[in-house]
Amino acid sequence: MGILGRLTEKPWLAPAVDPLQEPEARGLRALPAAAVGLHVYFAVATVMFLLIAATLVMRMGDHGFSTGQQPDWRPMIWPRLLWFNTAVLVLSSAAWEWARAAAERGRLTSLRTGLLAGGGLALVFLAGQLDVWRQLEDAGCGLTGTTMGAFFYLITGLHGLHLLGGLAVWGRTSLKVLAGAPAAEVRLSVDLCAVYWHFLLLVWLVMFAVMLST
Amino acid sequence: MTSTTIADDARVMHHPKTWIGKYVWSQDHKVIALQYSVTAIAIGVVALVLSDLMRLQLGFPDAVKFITPSAYLQFLTMHGMIMVVYLLTALLLGGFGNYLIPLMVGARDMVFPFVNMLSYWVYLLAVLVLVASMFAPGGPTGAGWTLYPPQAILEGTPGRHWGIILMLASLAIFVVAFTMGGLNYVTTVLQARARGMTLMRMPCTVWGIFVAAVLGLLAFPALFVAAIMMMLDRGLGTSFFMPSLVSMGQQTSFNGGSPLLFQHLFWFFGHPEVYIVALPAFGIVSDLISTHARKNIFGYRMMIWAIIVIGALSMFVWAHHMYVSGMNPYFGFFFATSTLIIAVPTAIKVYNWLLTLWRGDIHLTVPMLFAIGFIFTFIHGGLSGLFLGNVSVDVPLSDTFFVVGHFHMVMGVSPVLVIFGAIYHWYPKITGRMWNVPLAQIHFWITFLGAYAIFLPMHYLGFLGVPRRYYALGETAFVPASAHLANQAITIAALVVGVAQILFFYNMIWSYFRGPKADPNPWRATTLEWQTPQTPPAHGNWGPKLPVVYRWAYDYSVPGAAEDFIPQTVPPDGVARRPAT
Repeated sequence: MGILGRLTEKPWLAPAVDPLQEPEARGLRALPAAAVGLHVYFAVATVMFLLIAATLVMRMGDHGFSTGQQPDWRPMIWPRLLWFNTAVLVLSSAAWEWARAAAERGRLTSLRTGLLAGGGLALVFLAGQLDVWRQLEDAGCGLTGTTMGAFFYLITGLHGLHLLGGLAVWGRTSLKVLAGAPAAEVRLSVDLCAVYWHFLLLVWLVMFAVMLST
Repeated sequence: MTSTTIADDARVMHHPKTWIGKYVWSQDHKVIALQYSVTAIAIGVVALVLSDLMRLQLGFPDAVKFITPSAYLQFLTMHGMIMVVYLLTALLLGGFGNYLIPLMVGARDMVFPFVNMLSYWVYLLAVLVLVASMFAPGGPTGAGWTLYPPQAILEGTPGRHWGIILMLASLAIFVVAFTMGGLNYVTTVLQARARGMTLMRMPCTVWGIFVAAVLGLLAFPALFVAAIMMMLDRGLGTSFFMPSLVSMGQQTSFNGGSPLLFQHLFWFFGHPEVYIVALPAFGIVSDLISTHARKNIFGYRMMIWAIIVIGALSMFVWAHHMYVSGMNPYFGFFFATSTLIIAVPTAIKVYNWLLTLWRGDIHLTVPMLFAIGFIFTFIHGGLSGLFLGNVSVDVPLSDTFFVVGHFHMVMGVSPVLVIFGAIYHWYPKITGRMWNVPLAQIHFWITFLGAYAIFLPMHYLGFLGVPRRYYALGETAFVPASAHLANQAITIAALVVGVAQILFFYNMIWSYFRGPKADPNPWRATTLEWQTPQTPPAHGNWGPKLPVVYRWAYDYSVPGAAEDFIPQTVPPDGVARRPAT
C-alpha cells in the first residue's frame, strides 16, 4: 500500500490491509535503518548546500551593497587544478561503485582494490582542494580577498568536512576487510559509502557549477 | 557488558552493568531523555531568573543597581535564545521525543542508540559553551535573540568580543546535536514500529514529534549556515552580511555584505522553529485531552493532516518576520497570505480539541487542567497572530510590546503549559510514583492566571506604542502613567509566577522519593507506554516479547465494552463486553 493509502486509512475501522498478516519486511521497513538514516541526512545536507547556493547568488547579485569607495568586486581566479580535482572525485566515486559490485559478488580482492582506490582518490581530492586554497591565497582571492573567495572557502570547507566523515567510515570498513572479514559483513557499509560518495560528488558538481556561473 | 538475545528481536541488547554505563554514558532512550530534560530545565531556570530581572528593571526602573543597560540587553538576549532553542526545542524533542517515541511505537530503543547518546553529550557541550559566554570577558552577547548584523558584531553591542562568538559556536554545536537526535526520531518512527502499528494508528504525540523532527532537520541547517558565516565575518573579516560602514568614527574593513541575507537565513530557521516547538505540544495536548475526557480524539485524520500541512506551510512564511526590514510589496502580500492560510489547519486543530471535550466524560485532573489552559492561551496567542500577520497592521505594532505579548502567549506560555501537563501526565510512568495533587493544582492556577496577568497587559502596552527591548522608557509623551502602573503589575505577577515554580520542583523532587507508588496505568490510557510489563519501564522496554498492536490509540468509551478504554494491545476478540441489560 502506498503512502497515500496509508494516510487515508480510517484507523478506527480495521485497516485496509491487516498489518498482522502483512509480510514483516516490505517497502521502507525492509531497508536497513542505516540506509534510511543516511537518506534522511541527505535531505539535511541538501538543504544546507542549497541555502548556501541561494545566499551566494543573492549576495553576488542585487543583495550586495557597495558604497563604491571600496570596490567589492574583484575577479575570481579559478585554478586549473579544480578541474583535475573534479575528475579525481569522479574516479573516486567510480571506484566505490566497483567496490560495491565486488562486495555484492563476494570478490574480496576486487573489494580491497576498490576500497583502496575509492578512499585514496578521495584523499588526493582533499589534498588538491587544499592546494587550491593555497593558490587562491597567493593570488589575493583568499577567504577575505574577494566575496567569491569567501564563498569558495565556505563551500569547499563544508564539503571537505563531509568527505572526512565518509573517510572515517572508509577507514573502519577497510580495517575490517584487511582483518579478513567476509564481504557480507562489510557489504552494507560499502553500499552506503558508495551512495554517500555519489551524493558528495553531486553536491560538488552542483556547487562548482553555481560558483562558476555566478 | 553482558549480552542477552531477546527471543523475537534479532538485535542483541546490551545491558550496562556499571552505574556510569547505566546513568552517564547511557544509550538507553529513557535515560537520555531524562538527561536532556534535566539539562534543558536547568538552563531554562536560568532564563526564567533572567526574565524576572528584566521585569524588575521595567517595573521598578533603577531599583536594582547591577541591571545596567548593557546587562539588560544581555539578559533579554540570553533569555530569548535559551527559552526557544535550549529549553523548548531540547525538552520537547530531546526529552519527550526520546522518552515517548520508542515506548509509543512499541520499539525497544531508538534505531541508533549510540548516535542518540552522542546527541545528548553534544547538546550538553552547546549548553556549556553558552554558559561559558556568560563568564567571558565582556559578558554574553546583547544583540537580541535574533542576533541581527551588523549591530551584533559591531562596537557598542555588549558581548561584541567573546559573547557573540561563543553564542554562534554554541548554536552551531546545538544544530549538530539536534541533527543526530532528529535522524534518530525520524528513522525510528519510520522503521521500528511494532507489528500492527500502522502510521495512522500512531498517537498524535508521535505524529507531532515526528513532523517537528522533520521540520527541524530541514530548518536548522539555515541557522547553522548563518552562524558559521557570521562567525567568519566576526572572526576573520569576511563580508557575507557586513556592508561597508563606519563604526565609532572608523571605516571598517567590511564591504558589500547584506544584513538582509542574515535575516532571511535566520527566519528560514526561525519560523519553522515556532512549529518545531508547537507541533509536539499540539500532539501531546491532543492525547492529554482525549485520555482525560475519556473520548476518542475528534477528527483524528484531520488532526494528523493538519500537523503535516502546518509543517509544510511553515517553511513558506518566514519573511513575515521581516515586514519592516523593507521588501517588495508583492512579497509582503505573498507572505501575509501564506501566513494567514496557516490559520486554517490550526483552527481545525482547535475546533477538534473543543469537540473532543464536547460531551466528554471530563476528568479535571492536573494534566487536563494544563491542557485546557493551553487551549485558552493558544487561542489568544493565535488571534493576536492574525493582527501581526497582516503587513499593514504589523508595521505600526512592530517592535512594540504587542509582539512580546503575542509570541509569549503563543509559543512561550502555550508549549510550557503543555510541558507541565505532560510531565504531570507521564511522571507516574517515568518514576513509578505519584505527585501531590493539591500542590499541583495550586501550581496550575498560579501559573495559568499569572501568565494572563503578565502577557495580556502587554498587548495594551503595545497598542500604546511602548517599544520592546528598551531598558527604560524615560520621559515619553505618548506613554501615559497607566503604562507604568501596568508595568509594575506585570512585574509583580512575573515574580509571583517565577517563585511559584518552586512548588512544581518541590512536588517533583519530594514525590520522587516520598510519593505514593503509582499504578502502572493510573489514567487508564490506551497507548503502548502504559502497557509495559514494568513501571518504570526496564531496559529494552517490553520484556521478552515486543507488543503487537491491534487498534488505534483512541478506543475510549467504546459502546458495549466493559471498560471505558481498550489498550492498543488488546486483540479484537479480547475485548471484555458489558453484559446486555
